[in-house]
Amino acid sequence: MSSLQSLDIRRRSATTTPPPSVREGVEVSKLIDVSKCIGCKACQVACSEWNDLRDVIGVNVGVYDNPPDLTSESWTVMRFSELEEGGRLEWLIRKDGCMHCADPGCLKACPAPGAIVQYNNGIVDFVEEHCIGCGSCITGCPFDIPRLSAKDNKVYKCTLCSDRVSVGLEPACVKTCPTGAITFGSKEDMKEHAAERLVDLKSRGYKNAGLYDPPGVGGTHVMYVLKHADKPEIYHNLPADPSVSPMVSLWKGALKPLALAAMGVTALAGVLHYLKVGPKEPHDEPPPPDSRPPAP
Amino acid sequence: MPAPSDAIVRYTYGERASHWLLAISFFLAGLSGLAFFHPSMFWLVNFFGGGPWTKILHPFLGLAMALLFAALALRVWHHNTIKDSDKEWLKHAGDVMAGHEDRAPPAGKYNAGQKVLFWLLALCMLGLLVTGFVFWRPYFAGAFPIWLVRLATLLHAVAATGLILLVIGHIYMSYWTRGSIRAMTQGWVTRAWARSNHPAWFREVTRER
Repeated sequence: MSSLQSLDIRRRSATTTPPPSVREGVEVSKLIDVSKCIGCKACQVACSEWNDLRDVIGVNVGVYDNPPDLTSESWTVMRFSELEEGGRLEWLIRKDGCMHCADPGCLKACPAPGAIVQYNNGIVDFVEEHCIGCGSCITGCPFDIPRLSAKDNKVYKCTLCSDRVSVGLEPACVKTCPTGAITFGSKEDMKEHAAERLVDLKSRGYKNAGLYDPPGVGGTHVMYVLKHADKPEIYHNLPADPSVSPMVSLWKGALKPLALAAMGVTALAGVLHYLKVGPKEPHDEPPPPDSRPPAP
Repeated sequence: MPAPSDAIVRYTYGERASHWLLAISFFLAGLSGLAFFHPSMFWLVNFFGGGPWTKILHPFLGLAMALLFAALALRVWHHNTIKDSDKEWLKHAGDVMAGHEDRAPPAGKYNAGQKVLFWLLALCMLGLLVTGFVFWRPYFAGAFPIWLVRLATLLHAVAATGLILLVIGHIYMSYWTRGSIRAMTQGWVTRAWARSNHPAWFREVTRER
């Protein structure tokens, strides 16, 4: 996406001064109620249609996941997991895609100014015209979401339909979901809605039902209602406690200012040394031989 | 200044060419890498045709640097083996920096400080080469697990910092030690230069005591 909401930017990649952010935004969120999802993939189709993307037609890989993974042209994919417990089979279907982290690892890792922005409403958007194709966002993402396109060497992912949201519409997947499993609104409202859903699920015996809004990434702007929130991993390896890797934090955090300071100090040390000691000129006379140990 | 009749050859044409090709590749790889190192230096992409071109070129420039280093290292590594006298020399590194090199054991073709620099450069070059492949997109990164890609990215930045610090030191030493830059550009040094800075090497090449 391009940066449509240029006055509503909270964070901008590789930028050390505040981005234009005078307007206060309402935090939005998409809530995906996994317990209501029937795996129809209408959201995948709506995503392709609204964003005008036509992924290549794939082949059946033996499971219902189709396409089998996120791609630069499939920004959301239904992940099907079979759970066998106590002699009964449960089908766990999770709509995978960008979680729009409050503390986005992609944005932190990106070296290109303005290639990734986070709007005041919490949406994390890739601005492909500024993307240099390095893939650092892939390295930084705790959810394995961004995909590098083989066509143009730019990365793509779910925009949370930032273009629709900016003009007051809900994301295309929300609009199309036939069961109401995907809802959209302010993050506060979505949490309230989730709480109601959890009361219902718990009354039906799902004791471990819960809201997935992982604090390790500051919370997310895509949240899940999970029947088994105590074990998010069973939902096709949804991480239990995602956070930006300490290696990424160190790389983009303390290391770089320290390294730059070390380079500056080293160069300065040279200047000061030269001023104190002066140039090392060759001396014409050999020093007396007895002042030196013999050559090895 | 033309070479005096009793000048001593320190570097052949091949050695000088090898060194300066390496130096050029270092600046190209280094400046293109620094562009992505910190936002304050992103403007460096303008020297390489913009962000995407800088990203495309940087790994190839780095690979060229590693190969050119290997070419030079093959010529000089055997002059850089660490001997007992080098360990003694290093204890006097402070004296040498203060201008009292006569207190240190006589240096051969390279003094111990230069030898340590050589091996640290080699370590950084190898580190940059290996880690660089691990997160080189789109060609190689996909073959490695994400934790390794993250580790490689971090270590690449560490090794690059180390290399840049070493080269800053190297450049300063060559400027400080008068006559060194001429040795690497024109190839020759005066007898006084050789006797002052590398007495053991001077004796070796002149058979003079």
